[in-house]
Amino acid sequence: MSDVNEREIKKLPTLRGKTVVNLFFEDSTRTRISFELAAKRLSADVINFAAKGSSVSKGESLKDTAQTLEAMGADAIVLRHSSSGSAHRLAHSGWVRSAVINAGDGSHEHPTQALLDAMTIREALVDEPIGADLSGKKVLIVGDISHSRVARSNLILLKELGATVAICGPATLVPVSLSPTGGIFYSLDEAIEEFGPDAVLMLRIQSERMEASFFPTEREYARIWGMNAQRLARLQDSSILLHPGPMNRGLEIDAASADSTKSRILEQVENGVAIRMAVLFQLLSGEKGGAE
Amino acid sequence: MNYVLQNALDTSGSIVEVVIESGRIAKTRSSDLKHEVIDCAGLVVLPGFVDLHTHLREPGFENSETIRSGSMSAAAGGYTAVHAMANTFPVADTAGVVEQVFRIGKEVGLVQVQPIGAVTVGIAGEQLAEVGAMHHSAARVRIFSDDGNCVHDPLLMRRALEYVKGFDGVIAQHAQDPRLTKNAQMNEGKLSSRLGLAGWPALAEESIIARDIMLTELTGSRLHVCHVSTRRSLELIREAKARGIQVTAEVTPHHLLLTEDLAESYDPIYKVNPPLRTSDDVMALREGLVEGVIDVIATDHAPHPKESKDTEWASAAFGMIGLEHAYSIAQMVLIDSGASNMQRLAEVMSTSASKISGLSGQGNYLQVGSLANLTLVDTSKSWTAEAQTNSKSSNNPYVGMDFKGSVVHTIYDGEFTLRNRMLRKAEIDV
Repeated sequence: MSDVNEREIKKLPTLRGKTVVNLFFEDSTRTRISFELAAKRLSADVINFAAKGSSVSKGESLKDTAQTLEAMGADAIVLRHSSSGSAHRLAHSGWVRSAVINAGDGSHEHPTQALLDAMTIREALVDEPIGADLSGKKVLIVGDISHSRVARSNLILLKELGATVAICGPATLVPVSLSPTGGIFYSLDEAIEEFGPDAVLMLRIQSERMEASFFPTEREYARIWGMNAQRLARLQDSSILLHPGPMNRGLEIDAASADSTKSRILEQVENGVAIRMAVLFQLLSGEKGGAE
Repeated sequence: MNYVLQNALDTSGSIVEVVIESGRIAKTRSSDLKHEVIDCAGLVVLPGFVDLHTHLREPGFENSETIRSGSMSAAAGGYTAVHAMANTFPVADTAGVVEQVFRIGKEVGLVQVQPIGAVTVGIAGEQLAEVGAMHHSAARVRIFSDDGNCVHDPLLMRRALEYVKGFDGVIAQHAQDPRLTKNAQMNEGKLSSRLGLAGWPALAEESIIARDIMLTELTGSRLHVCHVSTRRSLELIREAKARGIQVTAEVTPHHLLLTEDLAESYDPIYKVNPPLRTSDDVMALREGLVEGVIDVIATDHAPHPKESKDTEWASAAFGMIGLEHAYSIAQMVLIDSGASNMQRLAEVMSTSASKISGLSGQGNYLQVGSLANLTLVDTSKSWTAEAQTNSKSSNNPYVGMDFKGSVVHTIYDGEFTLRNRMLRKAEIDV
């Protein structure tokens, strides 16, 4: 799928006549555009439905909105929603027959993000990437693990692919009930020193977490858990840096790290389109059926 | 009407003949009266069930339930008295509202509807409601609760406990620290963390119970803890009782049976307040019920219209119905498990609740001269729960589950409200 991106005419006819709806109850321009491009590359028709300024703010439910869009002929619904489990609910409640793709549900999961992260890590760290897994690779996830759907999906997928995963963040944002194979660290310096990661995934910090006293100030967060030039220099030469975007430059990641040669952040964006093409292809090219 | 119930077993397992004349239990048949003789072979006669925690939703939320539909569901479940929770609209925080609920309950005539009054105006937790006026009204309110909201202000809780002492009132507390449960969705633990649903720590319940026990000791008043859901809560209550503090506690049928694992479906039919907890908590609650730390099974029957549950988890309303499932769950937990006996079942389903509430006409069982409020059950009858019950709502988590034991007859103030599993028609159509 990623080859299509390199072609002069970046389009395949595979999903011609299929309709994909991006149903976004939360703002996320990047994810929406990525899904939109993926669908268009496969020649599907795309409708974008953003919750703001629509009937949703007038009280129309998820059920009614999804059914309305399906009645207009949607074959797949790409759902971004602030409520954990909403994609699961839409796919299993019998409300719609369309394929349902989870584009991020509350603080639960963001599966396509994990897939594109894994793809990016594999491209960077594995010599013969096609068909290989990530066994032996060490991945460190840093930030708000508790509320992060990116962290949750990555923990599941990276474990499945054989990588060793460690998590790092303030104790208020790391659920004690998690037991990742690589351990839990409460300081980024210690994590780099003791775990020696091959890939570091920095999570975006939401400002409302600070307001809810999960940590005292942005400065303190950046000092203890932010990626900066000094910490970057202590990583192995081959190690890479990832961030799901959008970045808070100066908070969880400084400019020098974001723009460094270790950064694979733009590769993540590029791979995102390919992964989403693959997901749409898997769900829509065969028999019609609901899946997540 | 006069009845003779023959061949039923009493709670000790002896065959009894129950004579009911003009609504009351009689010692023997009066020869000058005509009696209808009913064969109750194979049935156990119990005191009519008394529910301390029922949401009848009227006034204000008649799309969920009415006093009439709730009374029907109660009679079908073997209840002869229910306590109507105060979180209606308007809130039952004045004599006018509680008297209206009381009066409509009487007109419907299927079950004694005893209103619970709000502790604070509008259950807003700021100013004490006119609890004295509610007590002295025709509804004779004795239990006060801001159910759904916790009286979390310690000073207000102290005042409430002190104030109701004057008429032997009880504060029924919904123990939930609001700050520790902000936006909480399910029991806090490994599962909530995996599902990404905001956790509801057990501590949020336990810390309020601990504080309330101390306030109750200080004031010498009476506390009733609503829907206890955790092992540690139970330990706190056990300890308080041992020290002679006047605290009683209830558990819901669903907290005796269901666990947090059901949230994995993201189906909000399992969304309830307090949340379903772990299987360890369920075991502890069952033990506490057998042992006597928990005094009563109270349903927290909480009807909601379909649209309130036909949503994603976070948007859905909290609550589940249970008036027609409570008996079977009580039988499962106390009798079929071998853990206890019918005397204990009668206590937790009826007599203890009527004592806590001071209902003189309820829970007297076969005492000669008392109003005949009785429930007859078939302990061997198996049945499968269906979505539709007599409740107006079907937010029913038990659909498809197999139960043993069912209510056959309910006799309220000497007349059948349920006979051979058929409901008597309500007196009024509301």
